[in-house]
Amino acid sequence: MSNLLEVRDLHVTFRTPDRIVHAVNGVSFDVKRGETLGILGESGSGKSVTLRSILKLHPTHRTRWSGSIRLEGDEVLDMTGSVLADLRGNRVAMIFQEPATAFDPVFTVGHQIAETIKRHTGKSETDAWARAKDLLEMVRIPSPAQRLKAYPHEMSGGMRQRAMIALALSCNPSLLLADEPTTALDATVQIQVLLLIRELQRELALGVIFVTHDIGVAVEVSDRIGVMYAGKLVELGGVEQMVDAPRHPYTRGLLASTVHGGMRGRRLEAIPGAPPDLAEVPAACSFAPRCKYVEPKCLAAPPPLTAATEGHLVRCVGRIDTLAA
Amino acid sequence: MAIQSPSLDLTAGAGTGVRLTPVAITRGYWQSVARRLRRDPVTLVCGVVLLLVVASALAAPWLGLSDPYKTSMIRRLYPIGSPNFLLGTDELGRDMFSRLIYGGRLSLFMGVTPVVLALLIGGFLGITAGFLGGRVNMLIMRIMDVFYAFPSVLLAISLSGAMGAGAENTLLALTLVFIPPICRVSESVTTQVRGFDFVEAARASGAGTLTIVRVHVLGNVLGPILVYATSLISVAIILAAGLSFLGLGVKPPEPEWGLMLNTLRQAIYVNPVLAALPGVMIFITSICFNLMSDGLRAAMDVKA
Amino acid sequence: MDSVLSVDRGGPAQPLLLAKNLRKHFPIPGGLLGRATRVVRAVDDLTLSVAKGETLGVVGESGCGKSTVARLLMRLIKPDRGTMILDGDPVDEPHGITVNELRRHVQMVFQDSYASLNPRLTIVETLAFAPKAHGLPHAEARGRSRDLLAKVGLEPDTFADRYPHELSGGQRQRVNIARALALRPRLVILDEAVSALDKSVEAQVLNMLVDLKDEFGLTYVFISHDLNVVQYLSDRVLVMYLGKIVEIGDVEAIYGKPQHPYTRALLSARPTMDPRRRTQEAPIQGDPPNPIDPPSGCRFRTRCPFAESVCAGTEPVLADTGKQSVACLMYVPGSGHSKAA
Ligand SMILES: Nc1ncnc2c1ncn2[C@@H]1O[C@H](COP(=O)(O)OP(=O)(O)OP(=O)(O)O)[C@@H](O)[C@H]1O
Ligand SMILES: Nc1ncnc2c1ncn2[C@@H]1O[C@H](COP(=O)(O)OP(=O)(O)O)[C@@H](O)[C@H]1O
Ligand code: SF4
Ligand code: SF4
Ligand SMILES: [Mg+2]
Ligand SMILES: [Mg+2]
Repeated sequence: MSNLLEVRDLHVTFRTPDRIVHAVNGVSFDVKRGETLGILGESGSGKSVTLRSILKLHPTHRTRWSGSIRLEGDEVLDMTGSVLADLRGNRVAMIFQEPATAFDPVFTVGHQIAETIKRHTGKSETDAWARAKDLLEMVRIPSPAQRLKAYPHEMSGGMRQRAMIALALSCNPSLLLADEPTTALDATVQIQVLLLIRELQRELALGVIFVTHDIGVAVEVSDRIGVMYAGKLVELGGVEQMVDAPRHPYTRGLLASTVHGGMRGRRLEAIPGAPPDLAEVPAACSFAPRCKYVEPKCLAAPPPLTAATEGHLVRCVGRIDTLAA
Repeated sequence: MAIQSPSLDLTAGAGTGVRLTPVAITRGYWQSVARRLRRDPVTLVCGVVLLLVVASALAAPWLGLSDPYKTSMIRRLYPIGSPNFLLGTDELGRDMFSRLIYGGRLSLFMGVTPVVLALLIGGFLGITAGFLGGRVNMLIMRIMDVFYAFPSVLLAISLSGAMGAGAENTLLALTLVFIPPICRVSESVTTQVRGFDFVEAARASGAGTLTIVRVHVLGNVLGPILVYATSLISVAIILAAGLSFLGLGVKPPEPEWGLMLNTLRQAIYVNPVLAALPGVMIFITSICFNLMSDGLRAAMDVKA
Repeated sequence: MDSVLSVDRGGPAQPLLLAKNLRKHFPIPGGLLGRATRVVRAVDDLTLSVAKGETLGVVGESGCGKSTVARLLMRLIKPDRGTMILDGDPVDEPHGITVNELRRHVQMVFQDSYASLNPRLTIVETLAFAPKAHGLPHAEARGRSRDLLAKVGLEPDTFADRYPHELSGGQRQRVNIARALALRPRLVILDEAVSALDKSVEAQVLNMLVDLKDEFGLTYVFISHDLNVVQYLSDRVLVMYLGKIVEIGDVEAIYGKPQHPYTRALLSARPTMDPRRRTQEAPIQGDPPNPIDPPSGCRFRTRCPFAESVCAGTEPVLADTGKQSVACLMYVPGSGHSKAA
């Protein structure tokens, strides 16, 4: 399988009135066609910034990018103007946590989907509406013909999220970016939307990057999972490798501190401390202040991302295996 | 997050699990605001200009300026840069520089006083309406809406017209004009603050209404209300000048920018630059108040 | 400042808090002149008791009325009807205790750690606010606040004089918990108190909640939409759907043998955490209906896989089925449901 997307050594820095934020500090990964890459991390770890960089969605005057993002061989970071617009509209689609912001409240959902289709494909009014109806059917919205005439506020949260997915897919993108699309949804609705994304991904052979802070959700949808900490991928591997044999101390800590049924009555293994401030470029392992395996060489230089086993990358120089979890 | 001392980090890693690394040095809210203001050149420049205008107006009698009332039929409408008359003379031969400085006294007074009065009254009403909500809110805000329905210029003109010309009546009219907008803004920020969980938490702790308003509401609403009021000063200066210009405000021969603009009308063909000077003062002062209000607003918007 | 009420009065068998038939309907301003024509049925005839020293978990989807229950129990909002009894004393009634006394013994932690701290006050000022409002002298209130900070794992010297925006989410939530403890309450209501925290920080705070409960002899009402966390912490669990209790019982019974179709759906909607046994089918379809016009009869019937025509006409009431109580016609003998005995 060829790589749909190749991200190499991506750095993203923001200038704010108060300070500089090093939000992403050297992230590299690939996404193949028909594959779902889950990106897991805590708040502020740089998941959304990474994702939005693929569309260059950050304000250009305050943002500095370096590294490379190649979509089907084309360098995204060099794109501007109509090429960038084509990337955003036709090749890559994005769905967000809050679907309310994706729709304009004054037009019906059908109108907005049909408009988007017309703009990007030049289809006629009737054809565009027919396609919009097919799309709503595809995202399993009941009685789609009627729902086309609904305004966004007339839909429930789960329904709006489905409609947003329909809107995102209206232009046949090859890559779908999902930024916590189910976080705001209720448990019983979340699982429906997760299953929908999984099915659509398979049916349409989409490449998907699914950002989440919930391990359970990541395991449910991903083929591979990358774990981010302080603007870096600290571990990247197949979903089974990650669940069965996590290697980075942070990933292990995250799994150990995620509460599940069997833990009743036991004390939770919390990771002490809090994530670092991103005002400085890290000169050592960013996780060192919270890591129980820390040793002098962890502090000498930022550890590189190395292959522990086939397809399983870890950014850690500690002797974690001998110390055991 | 600097990692300099390995030994220290080792203890943190093996720590009890509750020792958290400090995020930043403590800095109070107003300190952060001041720091942000210092980095904002536009606001700084506006502040300095305003300071100059206000200080010179206040200190006018002691600056050794020539008498702003002294007319002379011989030296009427001297151009800018004439010897002894830096900015020339007006249509009655009075020293323009002196009159512009003295004019600031009245103009600023007429601009600031009604806003301060309206701030006291409108702020009180708005915060009360916002905090108590319900029927009290309904009553206060409906009354405000009635006034709000008229454009402020029209309201000011009709009130002044009804009460007759004169500085006091202008002040009164302008105060009345500014109460509704200040009340509205106060009400909306208070309603917003009241909805925050920390006010709910304070209620949950059994504290009385007045204590909650004093500790939790005022501290959070005064800033935005003051910022808004600052932006109104420019409007007040323009309105006061406008009323004087129309003959509804200050009466001649008082130096006041609006009135000066009016009386210099006749000179517009003879010396248009001179005739425009009071307008320039009005423009500079009000734009400075406005920009400063914007700068304050931005500086006070300290997010997490 | 510790009143006589702080001590246990009715003995261990008397519930700490008893709420009977609580109801809260919020009017929706709409019609002419702001007249409310319709209502949100946020909480409908809810009866519950909280035993001394237990943790009662409350779960349900968003909008089902969890926060409204919390605010009713603290009397931050007045119930339309219903009564509350705190350790034998009726609340807000002629011979009972006042709302203010109730609030001294029942405290609450909110979900949004940032919105629940006054951005203009330092941490120690926030913590000292309630004790001072209850008449404790300034110095003593600050002293107590610093002790509390240490109790929630924040070094007083480092954190006392900081402002909320200088703390991380986890640190802020610790401060909120400390504030809730400042009046030495007996019952603490935690409304989604850990939901906004990252997993690694959530675990720290959960451990701390367990410690504080032991140390101060607290009773918790723990509200969350996260079923795993509720299972971890609670002794008994209450499941809500559209303003009503659908099932309540011991944590083992609810998680081990859930009976109400909704409870079962909620539990099986949890991600499996096992890539080899991923969920293949959603347990129920659709979204929760609008609480403005809840379905007639059983409110769950529009999504219930077992719904029958009786469910539209008869409203099930909570009935004891041994280890738990369930509101479903399948468990009511002779109800007319084909699965009923
Ligand atoms: N436009 C911006 N300007 C300045 N800083 C930013 C900007 N966008 C993000 N950041 C900072 O970059 C860091 C990473 O942010 P990001 O939004 O990627 O986090 P995340 O992993 O998506 O977290 P969450 O789970 O909270 O969504 C944070 O410290 C954030 O404050
Ligand atoms: N002050 C209020 N005014 C009107 N409706 C409200 C108010 N508070 C809550 N509601 C409504 O009551 C229902 C239950 O809300 P809530 O108790 O906050 O739910 P939960 O905490 O379970 O998410 C929701 O439909 C909500 O919109
Ligand atoms: S490199 Fe060292 S400090 Fe960093 S995670 Fe590995 S063992 Fe811990
Ligand atoms: S009463 Fe009927 S609709 Fe309601 S939960 Fe039971 S079976 Fe389902
Ligand atoms: Mg994000
Ligand atoms: Mg809630």
